[in-house]
This record gives sequence, structure tokens and C-alpha cells, in this order.
Amino acid sequence: MPEPFIRFQNVNKIYKTKNGAVEAVLDATFDIKQSEFVAIVGPSGCGKTTILKMLAGLIPHSSGAITIGGQRVDKPQTDVGIVFQDSIMLDWRDVLSNVMIQIDIRKMDRAAFQPVALELLKKTGLEGFEKKKPYELSGGMRQRVSICRALVHDPPLLLMDEPFGALDALTREQISMDIQHLWMEKRKTALHITHSIPEAVLLADRVVVMSPRPGRIVEIMDIDLPRPRRLDKLPPKFNDYAGHIRDLFKSAGVLAMD
Amino acid sequence: MATLSTTTATRNVWMRRLLSLITPLAGTMVFLLIWQLGVIAFNVPAYFLPTPTRILEEAIKEISKLTNHGWITVYEMLAGYFLAVAVGVPLAIAMTSSRRFDEFVTPTMLFFQVVPKIAVAPLFIVWFGVGITPKILVAFLISFFPIVIDTAVGLRSMTPEMLDLARSMGATQLQIFREFRLPTSLPYLFSGLKVAATLAVAGAVVGEFVGADKGLGYLLLVTNSNMQTALMFATIVVLTIIGLIFFYIIEFLESLLIPWHVTQRTKEETPTM
Ligand SMILES: Nc1ncnc2c1ncn2[C@@H]1O[C@H](COP(=O)(O)OP(=O)(O)OP(=O)(O)O)[C@@H](O)[C@H]1O
Ligand SMILES: [Mg+2]
Repeated sequence: MPEPFIRFQNVNKIYKTKNGAVEAVLDATFDIKQSEFVAIVGPSGCGKTTILKMLAGLIPHSSGAITIGGQRVDKPQTDVGIVFQDSIMLDWRDVLSNVMIQIDIRKMDRAAFQPVALELLKKTGLEGFEKKKPYELSGGMRQRVSICRALVHDPPLLLMDEPFGALDALTREQISMDIQHLWMEKRKTALHITHSIPEAVLLADRVVVMSPRPGRIVEIMDIDLPRPRRLDKLPPKFNDYAGHIRDLFKSAGVLAMD
Repeated sequence: MATLSTTTATRNVWMRRLLSLITPLAGTMVFLLIWQLGVIAFNVPAYFLPTPTRILEEAIKEISKLTNHGWITVYEMLAGYFLAVAVGVPLAIAMTSSRRFDEFVTPTMLFFQVVPKIAVAPLFIVWFGVGITPKILVAFLISFFPIVIDTAVGLRSMTPEMLDLARSMGATQLQIFREFRLPTSLPYLFSGLKVAATLAVAGAVVGEFVGADKGLGYLLLVTNSNMQTALMFATIVVLTIIGLIFFYIIEFLESLLIPWHVTQRTKEETPTM
């Protein structure tokens, strides 16, 4: 059996703070196969962002091993596209240039990638907004721009940290559909972090369920639903999966019954 | 029906624009009128408080004197200001690039910032004589700190997430500075530049107060001792105009260079009443 693309083995993260050590992630072991879409779902503060940042090499892990394609992660990874919780717009660049910064910084061929950027913007419903400045866009549109920016250089790995956190329910659903669409086209390996159970089940091949602080992995569930998954035609199994995750959270004391 | 309501709407917009233009002017006129009438009604002597018309007359009469001295002060102000920019901005960049350097200069900086700049002016006369140099230095010193401090705050204002984004793209230190940190800092830099612009005139005038034979500060002292109160007022007005013009030039540059900046934006969106 080939080595999985991404592998977490007994990874711990302890933040050292003035008030002592904070155990953020405990004994995380999971892997992500090539072209797989994995979602991590868990309550606020359980260490989801910490896992993503460790994987991206943006913060060190305290112990254990993280590998991408067999390589140990010990410095910032550049073969990735990251969508952060906040859209992080460069206010001084227009929409197209906000996507193209990815190409500029990497000194890739501008002429070759401009059409790619335009195509992505079109697919995410931003056609006609290329020359607008970020402050002229809605929150949902900005988040779409940051998704395009994470994809334009065609990275083998896509990391998304609660990209819809600040958005309303309708926009979340719309962008979820956009992401599923883009993913089905390109089949990038993707890690998607969310605290929304339906969103995790809707998007992922597998869902990693985490317990509240200190963050441990409670269960890793395969989501065996055909694609494209549509919000208006959800099979009964969808609710079974979502219900099961909900039960896990209830027994961990996260969701109170009323 | 529809066209009718649109035309009324446009007319309303124009009315509002016109009003927002006229209102401040009207306010100024009323203020000057009260001043004028008050002085006449209470028979205030001219050496104590001249009327606005009297000041205007004097300004016109002495226009060459005012402009000759005015240029000197403008020159001192600009030289001090640009020196402050030329030293302040690189210093702020160095302070924010190296923690060690920051720790090295910050206490000294704080000390010099708290020193009353006006109190230093006589010392400059001792060191550099009564020429133009001490005035430039006072203008420099007084406009220096807002520039350094605001620029440093701006350069530190980039969010950790933006840095993460840059690092995930493999950005070099130079790229991080040029593409992310510097543009992020510009709104702060400009707020420092604007504060400094209003202070620089004051610096030049203070320098002239202490010892000079030309410049508007010198003219103030002379008119004061000769009881030429009307000309003194005219000088103050000229100083104010210099400060205002300088401030608005910087603000205009700001709107050209950083049109995305919030304060600019809100101004466009909410027309003043
Ligand atoms: N830089 C840090 N220093 C100290 N503690 C930290 C730091 N970053 C995160 N933590 C702590 O680690 C734990 C996990 O944080 P993390 O940001 O990974 O949570 P999260 O699951 O992403 O939460 P959310 O859903 O609210 O974004 C939290 O208890 C947090 O207080
Ligand atoms: Mg988080």
C-alpha cells in the first residue's frame, strides 16, 4: 500500500504561555490520501486551526511527525493554497491582482496565469468584478476572491480554515457548492476546517471529529455519498451521518439537549 | 411619475451639495461680521483688537513684506519637514525590522520626544547662530516624532494571518516588506505626515521667535513691539493659511496614493450635511 499523501502521527501541540502550557492538540493521528477531501469538525478552541497551521508549517508541532508526500514538515510549505478564516484582502490591489499576488510572489508567468485567474473568478461568480477594489465587495465575494487566490497556482494541496465563518447561511451554501464544483473538477487534496456538521458532511469524503479542549480526535468517519451532492436533494444517509456526529458531540458534552 | 421623482431627487442632491458648500462659508462670514460689529459697537481701540476689514487693508498694504518673510518661513518649514520624513521613515523601518535596534533606540527616542522642543530652540541658536539652520532644526524636531511613531505603528499593523499568507506563498523578506507590510502601513504613515505638517509651521515660527532677522515669526515680534496689531493679525492669518495649504497638499497626496483608505472612503460615501 502506498504511503498516504499527508500523514499525522501522534502529533501533539503544546503552546507555552505566560500562564503555563496550553495543550491544544493531543495525539493526533490521521492521514489524507491523494485527491481526498477531508473535513475537520469540532467545537471552538479544540485545535482545528492549530492542526492546519502545523500542516502548513506555519507553526512547529511539539512532538510526533507530520509528513507531506513523505517529506517532513519543518518549515512553511509553499506547495499549498490556503484560505484563511478572514479573507485577508490586499486593499491596495483590485480583485484580479488580489488573485494574481500568488503568481507575482512566486515569480510565475503572469501572462500564462492571468487567464487561469479570470476563469476562476468567472466560476465563482465574480465576472465583471475583476477591476473592483476589495472594499467594494461583500464579505462573501471577498471570501470567493481568497478561494480563487488559493487555487490560481494549481497547488497540489488546498487548506481551508473555516472559510465561511463570517458569512450568512445562504452565502455559505452557495460557496460550499462552488467549492464542491471546483474540487470535482480538479480533485485537489483538500483539508477543510469547519464547525458546521452539515457543511463537513456535504463536502468531505471523510470527516475527522474532534473533542473539545484539549483537542483529541474522537472519530474519523467515511462519508459514502455520491457526488455531486446537492442541498435540495440530500439522501437520508446524509442525516444519519450528521446525526451520528451530533451524538458524538452530545456525549462529549458540547451540545446540550433541550 | 417616475421621471418627476427622479428629477426631484437629483435636485435634492444638488441642493445638498450647494448647501454643504455655502454653509461653512456662511459660518465664517457670520463670525467675521460679529467681530467687525462688536469692535465698532464697543469702540475697541485698534491696537487692542482691529476689525477684520482693517486687518485686510493692512495685509494688502504690506503684501510684499508678508510674502518676503512668508517665503523664508515656508522654506524653513519645508526643509525641516522633509528632513524629518527622510530621517523618520527609514528609522521607523529599521526599528520595526530589528527588535534589537528597536530596544536600542526607543528609550532615547522617548526621552527626546518628551523634551519640550521649544525649550531646545535657544540651544540651537547657541550651536548654529541666528541663520536659517536652527529654524529648520526646530521644525525638523517637532515634526519628526509623529512621523517615526505613526510609521512604526503602521509597519507593525500587518496581521499575523497576512504574514502567514505571505509565507505560504514563499515570499522573501523583501517581498513581504514591499507587497504586504509597506502598503499596510501607508494609512498610518499619512496620518503621521498630516500631524507633522501642521506642526512644522509652528516649529519654524518658534525657531524665529528665539532669534532671527527675517521670517514671519520675526515679523510677529517686530509688529508686537511696535504695537502694529493689525499687521500682527495679518501675519497670523498668513501663517494659518500656510499651515492649511500644506495640510491639504498632504491630504491630497494621501487621496491619490491610498484611495482605498477608510477615512477617504467614508468621506465619499457620507456627504457632509
Ligand atoms: N499562539 C497561541 N498561544 C497560546 N495558546 C494558543 C495559541 N493559539 C491557540 N491557542 C490555544 O490553543 C487552543 C486551540 O486553538 P485553535 O485556534 O487551534 O482552535 P480552533 O479549533 O481553531 O478554534 P476556533 O473554531 O474558535 O477557530 C485554544 O485553546 C487556544 O486558546
Ligand atoms: Mg480556528
